[in-house]
Amino acid sequence: MTDFEPKIIGFLCNWCSYAGADLAGVSRFQYPPNMRQIRVMCSGRIHPSFILQAFKEGADGVLVAGCHTPNDCHYISGNFKTERRVAILKKLLEQLGLEPERLRLEWISASEGEKFSKTVLEMTNELRKLGPSPIKEE
Amino acid sequence: MEIADIVFWPVAMDIKYKEVENMLDGYIDVCFFNGAIRNSEQEYLAKLLRRKSKILIAFGACAQLGGIPGLANIFSAEEIFETIYHSTPSTNNTLKIEPNESTKIVEGILELPTFYDEVKPLDKIVQVDYYIPGCPPPPKLIIQAVEAIRSNKLPPKGSILAPEIAVCDECPRKKEDKKISEIKRVLDFVPDSEKCLLEQGIICMGPATRGGCDAKCIQANMPCTGCGGPCPNIEEQGAAMISALSTVLGIGEEKDENYSVNNLISQLKDPLGTFYKYTLPSSIIKKRYKK
Repeated sequence: MTDFEPKIIGFLCNWCSYAGADLAGVSRFQYPPNMRQIRVMCSGRIHPSFILQAFKEGADGVLVAGCHTPNDCHYISGNFKTERRVAILKKLLEQLGLEPERLRLEWISASEGEKFSKTVLEMTNELRKLGPSPIKEE
Repeated sequence: MEIADIVFWPVAMDIKYKEVENMLDGYIDVCFFNGAIRNSEQEYLAKLLRRKSKILIAFGACAQLGGIPGLANIFSAEEIFETIYHSTPSTNNTLKIEPNESTKIVEGILELPTFYDEVKPLDKIVQVDYYIPGCPPPPKLIIQAVEAIRSNKLPPKGSILAPEIAVCDECPRKKEDKKISEIKRVLDFVPDSEKCLLEQGIICMGPATRGGCDAKCIQANMPCTGCGGPCPNIEEQGAAMISALSTVLGIGEEKDENYSVNNLISQLKDPLGTFYKYTLPSSIIKKRYKK
């Protein structure tokens, strides 16, 4: 338990958050290596089943990151849709025995490399405290 | 027209499991198996009937998907017993009696099936050849299935014996602009019987549910609750409906001053019971996990 390192799946939108992650790398901001990034065209592309599947396959946390609301989404309203999906999913996860904090939504723009690295660091620390996902333990 | 003999039908015929055990393997041409697997007796019967039947059909939402009893997967067997035999207000069980798997009495030992922790659909226990969806399966689908068996025109194994359409495709209501600002329930108001229920704010599972039922519930002014299981080409019915609802709920209102995601979503009291009413045991996360 003391050596527990969480595995995080990060769904990052192509236009803002993935570019933000890129900037974090180029700017050499330090952050823990716990997140596996998946680039999607829009945060609105992330089907709720992707997130459930990530948890099923052993993710301790899932980050969904997209463009800032209200006006940054490349596809106008994808981020709003994902915001509502994540809100419903958090309630659902709670009913299924997973802490809703394991699912996190952040708006990270292409210029926010620092916010990206801070988000990953915060999330990793929180998940270290929460411990492994109960799904993985079984 | 006589096309078959009924050899086993526990609810209608007086027949013992022993008589099925004595049949040759593959003796039964077709078995319609209803109900999910929750205890050892059901598992035994599923395995027995699989062996004795040439074709095994999961009949109805419980056998196909786990069904409504599958919602109990958010509780363990222990918690269920605690509620049923001890904690409900009308229960008076001062002796703390619970059913045991075996009880010694003067005449010998009485045995009860083992009650499992989890409800499982039939195909998690044995190989299933076909599925007939619905809670209950619509007579039309049953007749079509029997007809297909009789004329030897069954589709490839693994098929669901229902049309490849969504409930919305069969729904006669007028569908216009999918855009709602609040979630309502049928007990809040009498919905317009001509207009799409989802557009009136009622969560209707039609967009995520396989058709074949002629949208019977919707024609009675009640929303679809999803007994047909996932639409063709989607895996997770609940997730698909969460996605669909999130797309239409509050769309275009996000820049309003008093728009709040939390207020919108707090109207949704029971996501699991709404979106996974019939499918929890066959979905991606099949039960409640405990630390």
